[in-house]
Amino acid sequence: MAGAAGPGRVPGAAGGDGDDSLYPIAVLIDELRNEDVQLRLNSIKKLSTIALALGVERTRTELLPFLTDTIYDEDEVLLALAEQLGNFTVLVGGPDFAHCLLPPLESLATVEETVVRDKAVESLRQISQEHTPVALEAHFVPLVKRLASGDWFTSRTSACGLFSVCYPRASSTVKAEIRQHFCSLCSDDTPMVRRAAASKLGEFAKVLELESVKNEIVPLFTNLASDEQDSVRLLAVEACVSIAQLLSQNDLETLVMPTLRQAAEDKSWRVRYMVADKFSELQKAVGPEITQNDLVPAFQNLLKDCEAEVRAAAAHKVKELCENLPVDGRETIIMNHILPFVKELVSDSNQHVKSALASVIMGLSTILGKENTIEHLLPLFLAQLKDECPEVRLNIISNLDCVNEVIGIRQLSQSLLPAIVELAEDAKWRVRLAIIEYMPLLAGQLGVEFFDEKLNSLCMAWLVDHVYAIREAATNNLMKLVEKFGADWAQNTIVPKVLGMANDPNYLHRMTTLFCINALSEACGQEITTKQMLPIVLKMAGDQVANVRFNVAKSLQKIGPILDSSALHVEVKPVLQKLGQDEDMDVKYFAQEAINVLALA
Amino acid sequence: MAGAGGGGGVGGGPAPMGGSDLQWCFSQVKGAIDEDVAEADIISTVEFNYSGDLLATGDKGGRVVIFQKEQENKSRPHSRGEYNVYSTFQSHEPEFDYLKSLEIEEKINKIRWLPQQNAAHFLLSTNDKTIKLWKISERDKRAEGYNLKDEDGRLRDPFRITALRVPILKPMDLMVEASPRRIFANAHTYHINSISVNSDHETYLSADDLRVNLWHLEITDRSFNIVDIKPVNMEELTEVITAAEFHPHQCNVFVYSSSKGTIRLCDMRSSALCDRHSKFFEEPEDPSSRSFFSEIISSISDVKFSHSGRYMMTRDYLSVKVWDLNMETRPVETYQVHEYLRSKLCSLYENDCIFDKFECCWNGSDGALMTGSYNNFFRMFDRSTRRDVTLEASRESSKPRAILKPRKVCTGGKRRKDEISVDSLDFNKKILHTAWHPLQNIIAVAATNNLYIFQDKVN
Repeated sequence: MAGAAGPGRVPGAAGGDGDDSLYPIAVLIDELRNEDVQLRLNSIKKLSTIALALGVERTRTELLPFLTDTIYDEDEVLLALAEQLGNFTVLVGGPDFAHCLLPPLESLATVEETVVRDKAVESLRQISQEHTPVALEAHFVPLVKRLASGDWFTSRTSACGLFSVCYPRASSTVKAEIRQHFCSLCSDDTPMVRRAAASKLGEFAKVLELESVKNEIVPLFTNLASDEQDSVRLLAVEACVSIAQLLSQNDLETLVMPTLRQAAEDKSWRVRYMVADKFSELQKAVGPEITQNDLVPAFQNLLKDCEAEVRAAAAHKVKELCENLPVDGRETIIMNHILPFVKELVSDSNQHVKSALASVIMGLSTILGKENTIEHLLPLFLAQLKDECPEVRLNIISNLDCVNEVIGIRQLSQSLLPAIVELAEDAKWRVRLAIIEYMPLLAGQLGVEFFDEKLNSLCMAWLVDHVYAIREAATNNLMKLVEKFGADWAQNTIVPKVLGMANDPNYLHRMTTLFCINALSEACGQEITTKQMLPIVLKMAGDQVANVRFNVAKSLQKIGPILDSSALHVEVKPVLQKLGQDEDMDVKYFAQEAINVLALA
Repeated sequence: MAGAGGGGGVGGGPAPMGGSDLQWCFSQVKGAIDEDVAEADIISTVEFNYSGDLLATGDKGGRVVIFQKEQENKSRPHSRGEYNVYSTFQSHEPEFDYLKSLEIEEKINKIRWLPQQNAAHFLLSTNDKTIKLWKISERDKRAEGYNLKDEDGRLRDPFRITALRVPILKPMDLMVEASPRRIFANAHTYHINSISVNSDHETYLSADDLRVNLWHLEITDRSFNIVDIKPVNMEELTEVITAAEFHPHQCNVFVYSSSKGTIRLCDMRSSALCDRHSKFFEEPEDPSSRSFFSEIISSISDVKFSHSGRYMMTRDYLSVKVWDLNMETRPVETYQVHEYLRSKLCSLYENDCIFDKFECCWNGSDGALMTGSYNNFFRMFDRSTRRDVTLEASRESSKPRAILKPRKVCTGGKRRKDEISVDSLDFNKKILHTAWHPLQNIIAVAATNNLYIFQDKVN
């Protein structure tokens, strides 16, 4: 089949009596069933072209029935089909015929693959908007009911996502039925369906009348929140956010808060984790008063939870929680009710908890101001900078900018330096890599003097690290430093050291010189490049190691555009020509490539 | 039937199983008849699906064979729902781990069905290292009609296409396809001995000698380690995990058994890592029966929750024990499987039989238990009457609807008629894997390369 589509076979305008514009479409239709999944996928993605050629009538009567039964295909084909059908209304004749798209999507909504089902539901939701109110009740609502009472739980889970789109436009009797269906799915036998219902509960609540929310949704929510399966209960926490936004403070207190309090103390750590994870959303949803009375104590408990996963999730939220407290009285709450618990976490037994805290704790300084930071937070930062776990130290160092704004970095520099040095020499190369990435940031905040004095030697040491990834990162780091501190600084501090390595007995180090030159030449500008770097590069063309020589060719190609044309022709060209005659194949190749790119032939 | 054997004692008379006077009769036998057994054909696991309509077996050759129960046929009243091959596929292939210079066998260690979610059926199959999720689906329609070729498959002249044809679906002979949907690999350093699907329908566990991992059925690149008993120093290793299973209803509870004869019950609610168990089931050892082999024969080879979730059953080398989840100190019931082997442990140790891993299963109503033994014998125990029976899976009694005669092993003394002496038991014929239909009295018994299916006798 694929062969027939080749350009050679496309019939010309002259000749047969067939309509040649049909040919590509014919190929597309045939390839819907090609053995090659890529070709099938390709055809499905051009389904609109096929439909356009067939016209609305044949699309409805022939193409869609065919597609309705084509659910045996690979997931990716089904996924593409589900997506296409969402935009098909025009191709079947507009809104009056939108319901023709329901059968294929209905069968896609029952497949076992979640991504396909979700996409089918998404397309159904899209199409529901294009139904007239009459068609919605005549076709779409019955489909939702069919799915909701289907034999297999795949169809019932899909139904859960469709209630909220048809509800607002349905008549009041139908509305009652829809609510009834949703209600029964909330107590379905299979946990899969209850989970789907729980995850759509919030969305459904938003389109309901307030009375129904109070009388029907809240009891469902309460039930789901005390489901026997913790995988269901934890989803109720999310629904809690949406429901809370709909209710008045009074209703909230009586209808939702008992459940939320219970969730925060659930027997299952996964549910408590969910509360911790959704804490900022919950906080916004319930408002300042309940936050202060209920959520802050709950948060304290989460911070000292017996499960490390929960403590880590809560630790992540410390900054956001504090930020979102009402400015009035914020400082007092934080100082008296949050900080004491945060202090405990600094010496937590679990490194993930400490590192979660380290990633946000610096953010508290902007909230608490200079004095509190120096008195209360600084000791914590310093303790974390000395933590045994590198990730904790890294997280502190990576967030230094927050503190810098409030108290200036000098306060920290005495402790900072040993921490940086230790990370720079860590036995794990990934840790070294991580600290290198913060060097430009640190350099910017600590200033050039401090840098030259304390950190420069580290940056140079990384250039001869035994791990390539570190040498590579060190090279990029130099480039960023030069961008920050300027070409003069580079000429005085970095360039001599880099060029010195050209004489190193280790060829890997000699190559590092070349890589550095590649990275630095642009930032350093024409003069330094021509006068200081170029001679070294040219000298290295005689290196005994072929890898060095072909990297010379690559470097020349790289720095060529920065050089003036006389240097290029007088100095670079002969060297490249010589390398072009090299005995090594790779050297010849890269020399030739450089000659071509620099137009020196 | 009543004539067979005297009552009481090991291998006593015809046993009423499942409440009424139940007699088992032969239904079918699958597999080659040759005496010569190919290693690859040896059945390594047997499992009914949730409805019992499908029965899956895995073998040492990495194949999975699925049998489907035929609808009962009015015109042939005596053929009661026989099982016929529905689908056969190669689940695992032999592999080689180049890093560790280890061969990875293709042998299917376990099969577990997923609860049915749509018209297709899904199962998990595992070898020592890799778990696969398979979809078994039916297709009975085929699209017909191409634009660029005619009915005989000849290419049409592309110049003469005057109209577009949309393919039409036509009925065709039923085709069953098995397709691999997910491959869960690279999470086990040791050999996987168990997989178990959680009642939340979205996660499952896999256990190897030292660790238990938790997977999401839709995520293959990540699993969570929930139990790790590997000591820092491997020389301090004193026990290994032998089996693990999720509770049938409580999604947070699972158990794992150990080579020391203990079972730990863990609650996943209490913490993410379940190294600390919440219940510890152990029967104090009887000092009088202590011997060199005590530790080996106390190792648990299988653990199964009852369907109700109230009890669990464990199998060790000589016995089956039923534990009430509410009582950790001792089992509520203990059944001897082949006590007559206690005097033979020395030779069983020498021929490695003592390390055989017998599995066990419950009947649908939790009223009876079944497990295997040697000489193609298998044992059933009725929990309410405490009666037991030994049956044999053999070609000799494989006449349609032939009633299985209870077997009896004589232990010393005079051998009576119909009895078999301990010394003449064939230890190469072992029944390690059996399965009981979840709703009916139909059992599947794997005897080396043959699968026997027995049903209760209907009047």
